[in-house]
Amino acid sequence: MSKKQKLVELEDAVIRFSGDSGDGMQLTGTLFSDTAAVDGNDLATFPDYPAEIRAPQNTIAGVSGFQVRMGKSKIYSIGDFCDVLVAMNPASLKSNLKWAKPGATIIVDADSFDQKAIEKAGYITNPLDDTSLQKYNLIAAPITSLTRDSVKNKDVDNKTAVRSKNMFVLGILYYLFNKKLDNTLKFFNVKFKNKPVIAEINKIVLKTGYNYAETAELFKSTFIVPPANLLKGKYRNISGNIATAWGLLAASERSGRPLFLGSYPITPATEILIEMARHKSLGAKVFQAEDEIAGICSAIGASYTGSLAVTTTSGPGLSLKSEAIGLAVITELPLVIVNVQRGGPSTGLPTKSEQADLYQALFGRNGECPLIVIAANSPADCFYFAYMAAKYSMEHMTPVILLTDGNLGNGSELMRVPEVSELPPINPPLARPNDKDYKPYLRDERLVRKWALPGTEGLRHRIGGLEKENIKGNVSSDPVNHQVMTDLRAAKVQKVADYIPLLEIMGEQEGDLLVVSWGSTYGVIMSAVKEMQKQGKSVSHAHFSYIMPLPKNTGDVFSKFKKIIVCELNSGQFVNYLRMRHPEKQYLQFNKVQCLPFQIEELTAKFKEVMEVIS
Amino acid sequence: MINTTVERSRVPLTKEDFVSDQMVKWCPGCGAHAILASVANVFPKIGYRKENFMFVSGIGCSSRFPYYVNTYGIHGIHGRAAAIASGVKIANPHLSVWVITGDGDSMAIGGNHFIHVIRRNIDMNIMLFNNQIYGLTKGQYSPTTPMGSITKTSPQGTIEHPFNAGELVLGAQGTFFARVADTNPKLMTEVMFEAAKHDGTSVVEILENCVIYADKSHEVVTSKELRDDHQLILKNGDPMIFGKERNKGIRLTREGLEVVTLGKDGITEHDLLVHDQYSQDPGIHLMLAKMYPPAFPVALGVIRSAMYPTYDDLVEAQITYARENEKIKCVDDLLNSGEVWEI
Repeated sequence: MSKKQKLVELEDAVIRFSGDSGDGMQLTGTLFSDTAAVDGNDLATFPDYPAEIRAPQNTIAGVSGFQVRMGKSKIYSIGDFCDVLVAMNPASLKSNLKWAKPGATIIVDADSFDQKAIEKAGYITNPLDDTSLQKYNLIAAPITSLTRDSVKNKDVDNKTAVRSKNMFVLGILYYLFNKKLDNTLKFFNVKFKNKPVIAEINKIVLKTGYNYAETAELFKSTFIVPPANLLKGKYRNISGNIATAWGLLAASERSGRPLFLGSYPITPATEILIEMARHKSLGAKVFQAEDEIAGICSAIGASYTGSLAVTTTSGPGLSLKSEAIGLAVITELPLVIVNVQRGGPSTGLPTKSEQADLYQALFGRNGECPLIVIAANSPADCFYFAYMAAKYSMEHMTPVILLTDGNLGNGSELMRVPEVSELPPINPPLARPNDKDYKPYLRDERLVRKWALPGTEGLRHRIGGLEKENIKGNVSSDPVNHQVMTDLRAAKVQKVADYIPLLEIMGEQEGDLLVVSWGSTYGVIMSAVKEMQKQGKSVSHAHFSYIMPLPKNTGDVFSKFKKIIVCELNSGQFVNYLRMRHPEKQYLQFNKVQCLPFQIEELTAKFKEVMEVIS
Repeated sequence: MINTTVERSRVPLTKEDFVSDQMVKWCPGCGAHAILASVANVFPKIGYRKENFMFVSGIGCSSRFPYYVNTYGIHGIHGRAAAIASGVKIANPHLSVWVITGDGDSMAIGGNHFIHVIRRNIDMNIMLFNNQIYGLTKGQYSPTTPMGSITKTSPQGTIEHPFNAGELVLGAQGTFFARVADTNPKLMTEVMFEAAKHDGTSVVEILENCVIYADKSHEVVTSKELRDDHQLILKNGDPMIFGKERNKGIRLTREGLEVVTLGKDGITEHDLLVHDQYSQDPGIHLMLAKMYPPAFPVALGVIRSAMYPTYDDLVEAQITYARENEKIKCVDDLLNSGEVWEI
């Protein structure tokens, strides 16, 4: 055992990896997270990368980041500021320093701070030499040259050798946080199974980085984040997009309805399509369509034949699907539409995240066109909400829009691995062969029509986009019938409120301030409310995952609080929807449209400000 | 006999099995009536279980079709029938899928889906009702309206080059293309049967007369006076002969196709092109599809019917392979794959 510096135990730690797009920061961050997860830490991750695949080298535009927070207790958000910042070049230091806590450890590749790169980043003088980093613990190591030297006896060219410098940094980080290298070494064996030389290079560089941190005594103290006290069970790390794909696959298996996915690649939703395409062994039929419209239309066709039909997209794609969603609404076919929201309008900020597609999900279609809208809370939760979206869609014969976003889709956290058998059952309302009473639009007590699958004897029928005669389903332009059908479609979706969970209050059941949120802001707002509660403030939190219809007790919950503040990453779409649905209440709002998550600090400051008015 | 995954009917069917209880609302004299009658005639001959037929349509006069046949069916949205039908066939390959579309539905608003379904060769039969006009919106020009035509939106005549459906289909690597006129129910029935028999995307262009907005637009092909000289009805393996006197033929020269007269300049049947609808190479098929009066007759019947793997068969093959070879057999396997640890 080597001599260790002072060992400091931390509740949690936030590490931010940043570098040029080609520096492999996403992989480095992922490997670090995996190791922390295996060590039993709870964690959350958040990649922050540019839309360009390789922006010009050493420019601010080309900086790619990855933040991970690990802790010894439940982690609800990725953390506002980091304890350790890795900056592989001047541009990444320049653009990420604002995320570092005062006194944070900053690890830079000193080799990359040449005059040209410094100027390109917009620095006037070398920040490593002037006093600008005085309030931080700066570790400026010649990472590129040490990497090159560590493998100089190996048969590799300079470029290949230098490419593994991210593993040198990872080695330093493992030393700093007293993590074992095993998990990452194992990863190299699998990843480079057919390239043993590359595997060896990476292993050497990782170990050299670790040893360098130790022998050069880079740190006065090292840290340990003890394992989290999580519920007993099996755990894995999972991103929101993967969790979404898996939740849908689980719903397919549990319902016995084969999965059909019709999608067109679009950032940041593509990963769901990619993931699903890998699972043909589960019977998933994945159709990469010629455009967004064909994606949803093929899904509607598949739904008519009895598949759990899904289309996945992001904001602009949802716009293109609008007309077809109307077809699914009027034909009353099950369909799950996953919208991984990104910054808009138009192409907007494709790789960044916001919650600004809520209006589009609720209202973005011609005619009276109601459907279920559900929003996932966290990366791992995407599994559960995708599952529930499929369940409600099939059981209530209606399209469902599942809203996630870039932060959820790309972010990851620990998931307690469920068993499919413990998930709620799914019972699609299939029509029986030769059912003499079958009529396409005959409804049960939940106002749900039957799903009659082509190929079944005695159920031949036609449906389509023209208004349908109540019960019989023939084409009808009768004015009274149109009113009846419009009301029935709305009532059917509203009736889903009888089946969704009631709204829960985190904290006191009544009080001064109720903080309301929906979707991916769950974790950070929960953390901010807890912070307020710790300070003895009368603040509670109500988080909405079910948006259309709203939980039945929404009005009751709201009536227990003096003030309500609705926080969301848009200009106030949910708060306006609440104003429409529950006009009896007054609502305050807190909004941010910067394609950045909320910070705990800004939330608590806002809560304090509105509470001062109360007291 | 048709080889297919679609289950055959155990009882003989008649055309009454396919008649729906809905009133047919097309204009009197519309070519669509004849097409509907041909479908009702050919479906019992195809011999599948009546529950395994499925119609999908887009929007337009033709697209009301599914309501008039007693099968499973979806009346979709404008231009998207091919996309909806793709999902139907991929999800359930045991259905015999029929798409009803028009010239505007398939080649204007739905042009993208049309070329891509053809390229993928998904097994379905596309009945393209080409009346060279937008009928349901009351007479605007379509992508197949001949250049210079006066319509509601082209009071001085159209200034667009029309699509030739056959050229488009073959350009998109179509494996089956046939053309018929609504005035020839016998040929229509034969061609529909051939389309059903073909594994892959079959496109049947039906030259349909719109009595209201584009009456007699196909007159040059279908009129009693002109049809014999302006129609070449193709039959696989037969030399290409046409004309009132059955004395004209098509010959292939260095310059391309040529109309010749039998008996003149020593020309005999042996000099004529013999139709090979199964040829992989679409070169001659394309030349045939492009023929148009007055220089040439219009080619009718099955122009191309080439064997290629279908998308839907390949999907099934990949799934079967994955099921046999992948470790992940159920979602619990998936959830426990990769890095999972116990706490």
